[in-house]
Amino acid sequence: MFLTRKAEFSASHVCRNPNFDEARNLAIYGNNANPNGHGHNYVLEVTLEGDPDPVTGMVFDLRELKEILNQEVVDPMDHRFLNHEVPPFNQVIPTTENVATEIWKRIEPRIRRSNVRLHNVRLYETGDLYVDYGGES
Amino acid sequence: MKLTTRYRFSASHRLDSAELTPEENCRLYGKCNNPYGHGHDYILDVTLEGPVDEHGQVANRSALDALVRNTVIARLDHKYLNADLPEFASVVPTTENLISAIQGALERQWTLPARLVRLRIVETARNTFELEAPVR
Repeated sequence: MFLTRKAEFSASHVCRNPNFDEARNLAIYGNNANPNGHGHNYVLEVTLEGDPDPVTGMVFDLRELKEILNQEVVDPMDHRFLNHEVPPFNQVIPTTENVATEIWKRIEPRIRRSNVRLHNVRLYETGDLYVDYGGES
Repeated sequence: MKLTTRYRFSASHRLDSAELTPEENCRLYGKCNNPYGHGHDYILDVTLEGPVDEHGQVANRSALDALVRNTVIARLDHKYLNADLPEFASVVPTTENLISAIQGALERQWTLPARLVRLRIVETARNTFELEAPVR
């Protein structure tokens, strides 16, 4: 059975490679490379797959899942400039793909149980663009 | 990793099959058979899958946007599908046929390293069509 929990955070970022010149950054990242950054209302949908616990009837305690998402994602990232305030984005370019991968790394170890696994991280950068990450390398 | 990007186009169409009589068309398609056609604000979701490249991306957004805009949106937006699109000269522009035509057009023009894996068209808030579309 699949269970999905949603969380939101608003943050700013800039996608620029300091080793590239302006034209190359623009070609790769478009207006995401504008030097002073810009913001998004990110929407995160985390999907777990597992069997309901025979005693509790739950795949995962939703209150605990909410706490994990708050501690690992919302508290550190909400109303922050990702590049300046949220490692590893001082070194890793915070594309939507890289932010989704980082979220997976942060929450997966805290979700994994004998009866449940993290199935998918969906991260909306805007209503018109999202990525899905299932832990593949 | 999958990347999904949403595009929009507004177009009109009329559902009328040359294989059927006027009475049969009217019975089958109902209001969609009204003689002068009608329109929708279509939503097109394009999903790509592939490894994240050295720039942290599944696909270059500008290249993807240019491909979809040039191949699909520019041809369909603010058009009457039956009259303006040669592919619907003898094919009924149902959204099923539309999504297949879009898949074919994208496949022919595809230049991105990531694979096209899914198309979704939201015709109205109540009608959605999805096509798994492996390009190669």
